[in-house]
Formats: sequence, C-alpha cells, structure tokens
Amino acid sequence: MEDFQWKAVIESLIFVSESPLSLDQIKEVLGEVSKKEIQRLLSELQEDCERTQRGVTLVEVAEGFQFRTRPQHAEWIKKLKKTKPVALSRPALETLAIVAYKQPIVRADVEKIRGVDSGGVLRTLLERKLIRILGKKDVPGKPLVYGTSKQFLEMFGLKDLSSLPTLKDLEGLGARPPEEAFSFSGNELNKQEPAATQESGILPGKEAETDEPPAEGAKDSF
Amino acid sequence: MESKHLTNDFEHQESSLNVRLEVFEGPLDLLLHLIKKNEIDIYNIPITVITQQYLQYLEMMKNLNLDVAGEFLLMAATLLYIKSKMLLPPAEEEPAEEGEEGIEEDPRAELVRRLLEYQRFQEAARDLSKEPLLDRDVFVRKFFEKNLLEGAEEFLAGEATLFDLLEAMKKVLQGIPPEEFQEISLEQMNIKEKIIQIMDRLWETESLTFAELFTASTPRPEILLLFLALLELLRLRLIKVYQSGSFGPIRIFSPIEKEEGHKRIEERIL
Repeated sequence: MEDFQWKAVIESLIFVSESPLSLDQIKEVLGEVSKKEIQRLLSELQEDCERTQRGVTLVEVAEGFQFRTRPQHAEWIKKLKKTKPVALSRPALETLAIVAYKQPIVRADVEKIRGVDSGGVLRTLLERKLIRILGKKDVPGKPLVYGTSKQFLEMFGLKDLSSLPTLKDLEGLGARPPEEAFSFSGNELNKQEPAATQESGILPGKEAETDEPPAEGAKDSF
Repeated sequence: MESKHLTNDFEHQESSLNVRLEVFEGPLDLLLHLIKKNEIDIYNIPITVITQQYLQYLEMMKNLNLDVAGEFLLMAATLLYIKSKMLLPPAEEEPAEEGEEGIEEDPRAELVRRLLEYQRFQEAARDLSKEPLLDRDVFVRKFFEKNLLEGAEEFLAGEATLFDLLEAMKKVLQGIPPEEFQEISLEQMNIKEKIIQIMDRLWETESLTFAELFTASTPRPEILLLFLALLELLRLRLIKVYQSGSFGPIRIFSPIEKEEGHKRIEERIL
C-alpha cells in the first residue's frame, strides 16, 4: 500500500478507538509497517490537521493518540452537549497536583505539604479515578501509596508524567532568593544575586557553596 | 480569586463572614494570604505582625461559632513559639541539632520552607487547571461501551433480560436474614423517590451493579420497592442493564444525561 493509504488506515483506527491509541496498538494491527514509519505517518496526520485547520486535532495523550477538538471551539460544543463539566474544587486540584508531582506519595506526606487533613479529598480523587492506589508502603501502619491514573493524563491532556508543567521555583510574593540554607534549588541560588540578610551575618555565596547539597536541588526541581 | 473576597474581611467582621472563611483551606493558606495582603517578604516575615493577625483571624472564627480546626490551633502555637524564640538573644546553637544543614539558624526557617513548598503546589494546581481540560476545553467522541469496559473485564455480554433481573432479585432476597420482629412503619414509601434515588446514584457514578443497590440492612419492603423502581426505569428506557454471562453480575447504566433524565422522570412518573 502507498504511504497515504496507511495514513488513512491509521486515521480510521484512531477514529474508532475509545481511548488514546498507542503506537504499539497501531503496530499490532498494521503488522508489516514499521514503528518508525507509523510514527512518521502520525506526525504527518498531526500536521495535516494543523495545516488544513481541521475541527479536530490529533493529540498525543496518555501514551497514545486521540482526536480532540480545539479549545477555541469549546463554546459551541458545550452548547451542543448541554452538559456542565464537573469542575474540580481548589483543594482537590491542589491535592491532585501534589500527588502528580510527588508520586508515589502517602497521605501523611500530602497532609504535611497542605497542612490539613486530606483523607476526604484523596477519596474524592480516587472515586473520580484521577488517582489510584499504587500499593502499600512498607512502614508501620502500611499506609496506601497514591499515584495518578491514566484518566488524569487524559483529563489534563498530558502525554505522560514527564510532560507535566515544570514546578515553578519560588517566585511571586515579591520574594527574594533565599540567602540562607533553606533554599530549595541550588540553581536558583546561583542564578540570582543573593541579597544580604539582616538577621544572619552569613555570607550568602559561601553558604550556598558549603551548605547546599547537590542532591537537594535535584530532588526538588522536576 | 479567594483573596479578592478577603481583603476587607477584618473591616466587616460581623457581616456574612462565615462564607468567606471557608475559602481558607488551612493554616498555610491563611498565612500565605496574610503575607500577600501585607506585602511581606516571605524570607523575612515580621512574626509579631503575622502572629497577631493570624490570632485575630482565629478569634473571629470563634466569634462566629465556627469550628476552628485543630490544624489552625497548631499553627497558632507554632507561631507563638517562633515569636518567643525570636525574642531570645541569638544563642550559639549546635548546628548538628537537627541534622538539617543549619535549618535551625532562624526560628522562622522551617515555617518559610513549608510556606514556599505549599505555595509551589498552589501554583502547580493553578497551572494544571490552565491546561486544556477534557470536557471543559477539549472534547473527544464518547463511547457508551467505554463504561462497560471500565472496571470489570468480564463484561462481554449483552443486555440482561427480565428473567436475569428476577434471578438476581431472588438472590438478594435470599441473602437477607428473615425478620423476626416485623417493624410496623407508617412511613409511606414512594416509588418515585426510589427512582430518583437510583438515577442520582447512576449519574454520580456512571454505573452500578445490581447488588450495589441494596445493603445488608435494607429492609425487605424497601428492596421490593427498589426493584419495582428499577423495572419502571427499564420500561421508560431511562436505564440499561447488562449482564456478563449467565448469572454474572448485572450492571446498570443510564444512557441519558442528568438534566434530560430529570425532565423525563417529571413528565412520565407521577
């Protein structure tokens, strides 16, 4: 078969599948076509959708490919569907973000960050299948370990966990870079000019060199 | 969004604050708000001012007879502790005390670290919600079959018949203990109520198994009523029931959206 025909076949496969279709699944169906070739055709399909400004785009999401509408058309689609999307509350979204970035994580660690009881929110997220139980942690009490689900990736249109937006470092609040050892990221400290602090007479530069373990910076910058 | 409501909260202590207070998720959220409101440098928090405002806030919550969650009180204690430590002359502390690279240098350091960490995730949450969200900004084709495939893999079978339902019903009735004392209840049970109860659960969870409709303590008359409601819903085509194989679990779905469903219930059931 010619190139364009394979492309059409792939398009039809994605069209009929109910969840994002992975490269492996396509390969399984097409058999003789190499993965590399499929990959190329998929990119072509994506470009086609863009070039001709189609109503749908081919999106790579949850480790598969799926046709999705464009955000700028949401207004009309909502009018057609007449349904209100179920919004996530602020606590739910916040907890979800913590689980997403810190997974695998136990409830106690979520609560340490949020400073409030998070059992209810975690349960809601579980019910909505945005997070899942990865297992139990081997510590006293055997707490459940949480992580995000495939539905989470689908909901937020993420290809995989590595495509989560990068966690921002400390901006806002008009904050100065930390001059003391409680900085989170070694990079940030080095990038910006450390200001001397009133309380501590410690030389910022020296402090950063001696007291900042490289592991700490690596851990916190995703 | 939340801070907009809160900028003048101290001025209007008496009026309708109960609603506003709830926007604080916890002590850290409240502290961040106070820091922003006062345009404070987070690395150099004037602990006296912040503690005072924080306690004022707690006082206000108490005056409004709101339950002040334990976490808020714990933070108040922490703030007071920090404040007291700040008042002490800077003693020569053993750096190895906590084994955490001199974090104990400034009594506020630990709190600042927590605030910053929390703030990062607040921002992350905000960023996430800006992504093109499925069913809010972007949409995909919906497959009814997807419901079937989710959760239970055994789902290969077709629609359940009335006999399948009766069979399942028999099992449920056999499962409940015979009542030794019959409770005579004057409570009028209403089939429409049960219908709405079933449908609301369906819209909530997408699908239910037949067994999930009942609990071990559901009284017999209620079981029967629920069953009648189920049959009525089937007749009106407000639900679909599927069974995986003979005698397999029966799963109930609603092919109809909530609003439309409510309309139909109102129209057809008195």
